[in-house]
Amino acid sequence: MWVDIASLTLMGGVLGSLLGAAAWFLAVEENPLEAELQAMLPGSQCGQCGYVGCAQAAAALARGEAPVTLCPPGGKATAEKLAKRLGVAVDLSQHEDKIPQYAVIVEDLCIGCTRCIKECSADAIFGATKQMHTAIAEACHACGKCVLVCPTDAILMQPIPVTLRTWHWPKPPSWQERMELEKPVSHHWPKPPSCQQPVEA
Amino acid sequence: MQDYVYLMLSAALVNNVILARFLGLCSFMGVTTRVDTAVGMGLATTFVITVSSMLNWAVEAYLLKPYDLLYLRTVTFILVIAAAVQFTEMTVRKISPSLFQMLGIYLPLITTNCAVLGVALLLVEGRMGFLESVLFALASSLGYSLVMVLFAGLRERLAVADVPPLFAGPPIGFIVASLLALAFMGFSGIGAH
Repeated sequence: MWVDIASLTLMGGVLGSLLGAAAWFLAVEENPLEAELQAMLPGSQCGQCGYVGCAQAAAALARGEAPVTLCPPGGKATAEKLAKRLGVAVDLSQHEDKIPQYAVIVEDLCIGCTRCIKECSADAIFGATKQMHTAIAEACHACGKCVLVCPTDAILMQPIPVTLRTWHWPKPPSWQERMELEKPVSHHWPKPPSCQQPVEA
Repeated sequence: MQDYVYLMLSAALVNNVILARFLGLCSFMGVTTRVDTAVGMGLATTFVITVSSMLNWAVEAYLLKPYDLLYLRTVTFILVIAAAVQFTEMTVRKISPSLFQMLGIYLPLITTNCAVLGVALLLVEGRMGFLESVLFALASSLGYSLVMVLFAGLRERLAVADVPPLFAGPPIGFIVASLLALAFMGFSGIGAH
């Protein structure tokens, strides 16, 4: 009876302290900023930013190697959040929210050079040397890398057509937008522009 | 010497952990969508099975048998396996962050992989010595890795095949797994164990 309890307790204690010591000696330093930035990214690992996944993109952001506007699916909202967290100014006036796209190969122009196949990170392009290539719409995540390498400009990015399978409800408005919509009508005159506080960067 | 060769062949191919004993099926279906993750999982499981079998053999021989605690076998084995897996995870994370990324969630899941406990219990059942135990565990886990990689290769081809929608995904995976198991039955004539 006592041997049983003591042996299990002893084993648990010894293994636990070994693991504790291992955790101490094998500790890996992690940048807490990376985890925080990764939480702000959509997390769909689409690769449209040119990095393998959201974790790698967050690491590049934390090192300051990538612009905050790198994430097309995240749109303006993500770019603003990232800019705020990293304390950088960002110009979003040129920024357009992208709609979901996929690559289409114009088969008349394709010369079968296989460059796009080597570039594709989703294995979404099929073909062989001097054979016509084709892109599989379901596998494509629209990173656009193939468009850049195509020597004959035979690859087009096309928006995914709205069908019964791809249609979804529009996103509900964010709370800022809702505040705007539900703002009671003001009966005061608006202040002249000169009186407005300067906007802090 | 010949005995050891037969033992290893039998553990790896004839009585394959996955296809003959049907252990570790969760990872067999879960991690085999790509060859590189299957290779990583195979390596991690090979390491864990070999190390934990050695530890479990020692626990069985020096603790459970002398003190007549055989009814505690399962719980102590699980304890040892969990500690070994945790230690492996920390080491892999420190030494090779890229392998850690690749294995991701599957590394802690080796704790509950029944192939690991299964091999440890088979060793006890077979009353093997230390060297035999290590060879048996190593061969079993190599057989596990082999099947994982084979199946991952098959599934990579399946992903681009024109499968009828009714069978797409796991159903065709199970059908292919059964064909692979049938193919491995061809080994059943080798060795007398």
